[in-house]
Amino acid sequence: MRFMMLVKASEESEAGVLPSAELVAEMGAYNEQLAKAGVLLALDGLHPSSKGVRIKFDGEKRTVTDGPFTETKELLAGFWVIQVKSKEEAIEWASRAPFDGGTELEVRQVFEASDFPADILPPEQAAREDAIRAGLEANAAKQ
Amino acid sequence: MTASDTHRTIEAVWRIESARLIAGLVRIVRDIGLAEELAQDALVAALEQWPESGVPRNPGAWLMATAKHRAIDLIRRQQRLERKIEELGHELETEQPAPELDAVLEEDDIDDDLLRLVFTACHPVLSTDARVALTLRLLGGLTTKEIARAYLVPEATVAQRIVRAKKTLAEAHVPFEVPRGEELADRLSSVLEVIYLVFNEGYSATAGDDWMRPALCEEALRLGRVLAGLAPEEPEVHGLVGLMEIQASRSRARTGPTGEPVLLLDQDRGRWDYVLIGRGLAALERAERITRAHGSAPGPYTLQAAIAACHARARTPEETNWAGIAALYEQLAGVTPSPVVELNRAVALAMAYGPATGLALADRLADEPALKAYHLLPGVRGDLLAKLGRFEEAREEFERAASLTRNGRERTLLLRRAEACARGEAS
Repeated sequence: MRFMMLVKASEESEAGVLPSAELVAEMGAYNEQLAKAGVLLALDGLHPSSKGVRIKFDGEKRTVTDGPFTETKELLAGFWVIQVKSKEEAIEWASRAPFDGGTELEVRQVFEASDFPADILPPEQAAREDAIRAGLEANAAKQ
Repeated sequence: MTASDTHRTIEAVWRIESARLIAGLVRIVRDIGLAEELAQDALVAALEQWPESGVPRNPGAWLMATAKHRAIDLIRRQQRLERKIEELGHELETEQPAPELDAVLEEDDIDDDLLRLVFTACHPVLSTDARVALTLRLLGGLTTKEIARAYLVPEATVAQRIVRAKKTLAEAHVPFEVPRGEELADRLSSVLEVIYLVFNEGYSATAGDDWMRPALCEEALRLGRVLAGLAPEEPEVHGLVGLMEIQASRSRARTGPTGEPVLLLDQDRGRWDYVLIGRGLAALERAERITRAHGSAPGPYTLQAAIAACHARARTPEETNWAGIAALYEQLAGVTPSPVVELNRAVALAMAYGPATGLALADRLADEPALKAYHLLPGVRGDLLAKLGRFEEAREEFERAASLTRNGRERTLLLRRAEACARGEAS
């Protein structure tokens, strides 16, 4: 199972205040733990929303709005993607993050193919039965 | 937090900490079976105490401290017993001096311990089945029940395999160490083989299967990534990780809605997992960089990862670098000669340089005993012959392939192509 651990923005992160050297070091150690345990897939920090844009979809129309955005608690400052065996394991890893001072982490499961019922995932490939190419790329069948 | 919440948390902590815990304990007690027992005792203590006291701030350290106390008690009791026996005038032959407890407890090189545990669990003195079971159990923290479900065998069989494996290691006096020099390469290939076996066991299962089997893929990937962290200078470790990441990146695209397999060239590339592809390409690059730095030739996993990468880099099937793939198969054949590798090379050659070139190589494989009952050989020959307009020969090959395959769906397709050839059409 894959989970995204989302770090909520704070007034400091939105103001572009960089974290202290101490926090950066602790964060490095934490990331290393995740990597060494083989569960870390991706991670990144996000610039403040003042550098971001929002795009709204309405029919053919696309409306682009420049940041910053209000409602700090709805904004994100960074994320990790981890691959673990259970939600509890994701929570356990999330709890070990070196945060303090009211920071909030949100843990969300990432959709995987098996989460989609067949009627939502159309059988776009099923018709293409030129499957003798299995014989062609013998190994490809496994890849 | 309710008691059952706490139990689930403990289970999660166990998954995260058990391998490190067991690895640290083996160094103290020098016995995998005993180390696992001590770790389990600590787990039982947590199950008893944490629902009351709450989960400690650093659960891993708590488990390690609890287990170490028990280990020390045990060793002290043993030493007292040995002294008693000596006092009684018996001669005592100890093969190994009791470890200097304090010194052992001072050290805290968990990474080395884990690496030693990997090499011990995958020791060639054990059967392949035993290596797989022990690795999943000790490194993956999987229960006997989970391993049994994944391998579709009775739980008692797995339990017995693990017990026997631990006994075999003890009886063979397998040292708890990372081998050096020439032995390292041999032993490492056993470790990589076990991880890749676990991966393939999960990967060959279809999506609709019991969740435990696809979970094996994730477990193998995790073990591979752990190993890459522990042995960062070994190119083949990165090669294997790269191969597994790229293969896993296709899991969403390789089965259709009813669970039928979708072949690589027919897959919707938009459904590939580009996070995993990125990781796979990075791992491959690392493997190739280290190989170059050592001035050596790339190993089989690195080459297979490079082939997988050629497909991963192509945005459409038409953009596939078939000449590159053919060259990689040639290199692979040099490292691990096999008729199946040659057959794949024939396909790549056909894609790169036309069906006649591929057919020339496929024809040379016709008398290969290993491919006598392998339906892919006539399947490939049939396809190449059809492309060359030699429909009658192609039809015979397709019919032969159909008679050899054990897969009903595939047989239908092969017979359909045979009929097409009979009508003088390529497909």
